[in-house]
Amino acid sequence: MKKVFTRPRSLKQTPFHYCPGCGHSLLHRLIGEVIDEMDLREKIIGVPPAGCAVLAYNYLDIDMGEAAHGRAAALATGLKRALPDRLIFTYQGDGDIAAIGTAETIHAAARGEKITTIFVNNAVYGMTGGQMAPTTVLGQSTTTSPGGRKEQRDGYPIKLSEMLALAQGSAYIERTALNSPSNVLKTKKAIAKAFRIQLDGVGFSLVEVLSPCPTNWRMSPVESWKWIGEVMTTSFPLGVLKDVGDKRDAD
Amino acid sequence: MRGNHTVAEAAVRAGCRYYFGYPITPQNETPEYMAERLFKVEGGVFIQAESEIAAINMVIGASMAGARVMTSSSSPGISLKQEGISFLSALELPAVIVNMSRGSPGLGNIAPAQSDYFQATRGGGHGDYRNIVFGPSSGQELANLTFEGFDLADKYRIPVMLLGDGMLGQMMEPVEFPPEISVKKLPHKEWVLSGAKGRPSRILRSLFLDPIEEEEHNWKLMRKYEKIAREETRWESFQCDDAKMIVVAFGIGARIAKGAIKRVREEGLRVGLIRPISLWPFPSKSIKELSKKVKHFFVFELNMGQMVEDVKLALEGSGEVHFYGRPGGIIPPPMELARVISSQYYQRKLR
Repeated sequence: MKKVFTRPRSLKQTPFHYCPGCGHSLLHRLIGEVIDEMDLREKIIGVPPAGCAVLAYNYLDIDMGEAAHGRAAALATGLKRALPDRLIFTYQGDGDIAAIGTAETIHAAARGEKITTIFVNNAVYGMTGGQMAPTTVLGQSTTTSPGGRKEQRDGYPIKLSEMLALAQGSAYIERTALNSPSNVLKTKKAIAKAFRIQLDGVGFSLVEVLSPCPTNWRMSPVESWKWIGEVMTTSFPLGVLKDVGDKRDAD
Repeated sequence: MRGNHTVAEAAVRAGCRYYFGYPITPQNETPEYMAERLFKVEGGVFIQAESEIAAINMVIGASMAGARVMTSSSSPGISLKQEGISFLSALELPAVIVNMSRGSPGLGNIAPAQSDYFQATRGGGHGDYRNIVFGPSSGQELANLTFEGFDLADKYRIPVMLLGDGMLGQMMEPVEFPPEISVKKLPHKEWVLSGAKGRPSRILRSLFLDPIEEEEHNWKLMRKYEKIAREETRWESFQCDDAKMIVVAFGIGARIAKGAIKRVREEGLRVGLIRPISLWPFPSKSIKELSKKVKHFFVFELNMGQMVEDVKLALEGSGEVHFYGRPGGIIPPPMELARVISSQYYQRKLR
């Protein structure tokens, strides 16, 4: 009989500990599949920083080096410069990349570091219990924006990917979502493309993934998928924000 | 050669091909030198980072890949690097960090001071850890300890800090470098990240959610620190054999103290010097040993009194300790220090 579905080689046989309906387990699987399909397992190194994302190394069966909160892009820069022929990616949450790690991320993009960032945007600080994130949308209730985020009190959500698209060193920026089978497949394609951009030496690449956090959103997994489509995507529209293609010389 | 150039040149000759830094006075000559020098050697990488925080995290990345890597800064910048230094320690990553310190707290000034002794020798960042800290007192020693620093960092998988000051960094002195080390001949590191080729995948992490695991990790670090304390403590003793009073000073402070001791010796005062070269591990045993025959200790620092606590801990009450310090960037000439030493000497009726 033909095998049509199996665990990717790049995923360990450890059951995911993530909450029911969480996007991380799905995304780990997609990354594992891409690594297998592109035959990258022996040359890839991942950098997970603090947050739920840090535990990625319990599941992905690849070399991984942990970063401090927000510092993944700088750490990945050091790794990539020392190992230019390896594929280096960071796996960061929204608080990590768009609050405490903004400087490191923008400057890595501006330098055109040949690294790839998987940016998991779930609009809250997940591991610490659902506080307001830089990407919490207006009106969204969190433990530190009770009654909903108000622009007068809490300011506006940050559109980091749009900012990164402005950086001259960034080559490919796409925003996808994990809220339907077709969007899940688009996310996988975007990850593969971002890795390809790095392998071709074109520049900084990033995939922002709108990802459900039913526990901290106080929703069921099904409601979470709906909320991404109906609310989150109005603040964070899906699509390719930048793609220089092969316009830049690959040296 | 200027101290800030010496440490850079020594690093390259010791096999360092990666430097990440951020401008801050009085150590700017180090990144400037590295920017040119590393461009000219095979595989050399220099990045002027967007902050000291980014620079130390780039150091972490290159170190994870097994490279010999260095960063340098000065007091306020070293404060920013402390998060990364804590991670280097927890992840057991080798690196060399240079602090050409200045008169702080806060921005302070850019004049030479030894106000970062506590920060350097107590770990500096969060958590239960130690770094090897050297306090070179001349350009030559700076070169030698840079070589030694890289070797010890690799040997023990630990960050090594060179704690100098604006004077050591700016002063020009003749230097003879140790023989150059070929990067290709550096010992292979078993633990590095390189992609899981022909071996199981590898994780470098400092997060141990299980307290039993975390405790074991901390004990493992502790055992390492105990071994370093046994085997890598360095100090110089100067004219201690007949001494009735011992001056304890480090770095540039010890240089001034030597001049002062030579002066008071001319007047017949029997004063010697203990100069800790490794500030951690501190040469406690040698100080305690001396206290069997000498009871009077005089600690001189370019701060308000930090190492003096280590001297008191070493003595465990078996000696009288007097402290003299000049904080804030003032460099007293040997003559000034000689006056203070001799006044203490006579007050204690040692003559």
